[in-house]
Amino acid sequence: MKSTPLKDKHVALGAKLVDFAGFEMPVQYTSIKEEHKTVREGVGMFDVSHMGEFIVKGKEALNLIQLISSNDASKLKIGQAQYACIPNKTGGIVDDFLVYRLPEDKCAEGEQAFMLVVNASNIDKDWEWISSQNSFDCSMINISDQTALLAVQGPKAVAVIQKLTDQDLSGIPYYHFIKTEIAGFKNVIVSATGYTGSGGFELYMNNSQSEKVWDEIMKAGETEGIKPIGLGARDTLRLEKGFCLYGNDIDDSTSPIEAGLSWITKVKKSTSFNSQEIFAKHKKEGVSKKLVGFLVSDRRVPRHDYKILDAEDNEIGIVTSGTLSPSLEIPIGLGYVASKYAEVGTKIKIDTGRKTLEAEVVKPPFVK
Amino acid sequence: MNLPEELKYTKEHEWVRVEGNIATIGITDFAQGELGELVYIEVETVGEVVAKDEVFGTAEAVKTTSDLFMPLTGKVIEFNSEISETDGDNPGIINEDPYGKGWIVKVEIQDETELAELLDNNAYLELIA
Repeated sequence: MKSTPLKDKHVALGAKLVDFAGFEMPVQYTSIKEEHKTVREGVGMFDVSHMGEFIVKGKEALNLIQLISSNDASKLKIGQAQYACIPNKTGGIVDDFLVYRLPEDKCAEGEQAFMLVVNASNIDKDWEWISSQNSFDCSMINISDQTALLAVQGPKAVAVIQKLTDQDLSGIPYYHFIKTEIAGFKNVIVSATGYTGSGGFELYMNNSQSEKVWDEIMKAGETEGIKPIGLGARDTLRLEKGFCLYGNDIDDSTSPIEAGLSWITKVKKSTSFNSQEIFAKHKKEGVSKKLVGFLVSDRRVPRHDYKILDAEDNEIGIVTSGTLSPSLEIPIGLGYVASKYAEVGTKIKIDTGRKTLEAEVVKPPFVK
Repeated sequence: MNLPEELKYTKEHEWVRVEGNIATIGITDFAQGELGELVYIEVETVGEVVAKDEVFGTAEAVKTTSDLFMPLTGKVIEFNSEISETDGDNPGIINEDPYGKGWIVKVEIQDETELAELLDNNAYLELIA
């Protein structure tokens, strides 16, 4: 199994380590609820170095990105990032990812450079897919194995990271980034992105720099009460905001239109992309199933793969994610239902295999 | 790993304390650690005879849901009121004190020969090590 360069830190902090996408990752340090609260109200740090990063560079780099991405990367300025799907050719999703338009200081005349950040579980699949689409003579480098990623998230994250750099961070808009010196290391990417919905930064750096950066951030954040946060809380945080998790809520067979990701599926962009026509049709004619959020009026928690039923107990869909919301203290979930049941307020039932739970369709985010 | 010597264990990560013909049943320290914070315990079998290896309840944690299996055939005579939703509603005591305050049910033993099939602490430790 792979591990991140920070594994020793996690062990020393008493983390419970689990296998996640082939990586030995901290799932929790103390308690999911506590860690969740720390991020919502203060600041916490995640080691998410298992994520994959590819550099794409070349004169036609934008053309390659435009072909593989559902979003419109031509809108990206240097220093800007964009969330998107990588569609396959049959109307499904290879992965969801972030596209960073990098500074061009290392580019030859006329070249552009991008960093693609992909899910750990899909690194090999994405690499093969994007390589197969690269008829644009772009150079591609997989830097996943030498790149560490720390997510410092929460309302107090800016105050903490600001102590480590001279550059003003409060001026970085959401989904923008800078390259700056952090803890003595130049060229750390500080990106105003994240998967928690609580604000903060994601910091990309070389593996060899990560231990020192981790320590400096923990030290700088002492007064703000910074704590290490595991993947368990990462999941409850993202689910409260209704963010999709690849492999749970979206996969090779789901359309971004079904998944509520129309906003990153720009079927009218000027250049064509994989499955563009299928998605245009989905948008125009509608889809047969939709991903919805629901609240359960019970103590029992909906789980991935539980069936969703209508009021007459007919099967109408399937749960893709569920948890007990630490903020709301009630069970919440995401799932696909036949489109006529997708309207907010629709009463549905969740079949746990032993019981059926009453639930109601709501519009995510569950927590504003 | 905290595994009291005087208790018996199952491969489903339950422990059993036998006093006369009454067995007190809970989940092991290892099990509570794997499940993480428990949010809800459901036991709807009070008053019923439940056969060995059958489900007598459900443990709901933040991350996962897990069935609770009977270590031996018996009549469920009590569900810990500190945990029960209708009384104390505090399943967190299972995380804090799995072998003490965090016991789950008491059972009237129907067939004492089944006791021999339970694991001692060393056999259980081997299973989880």
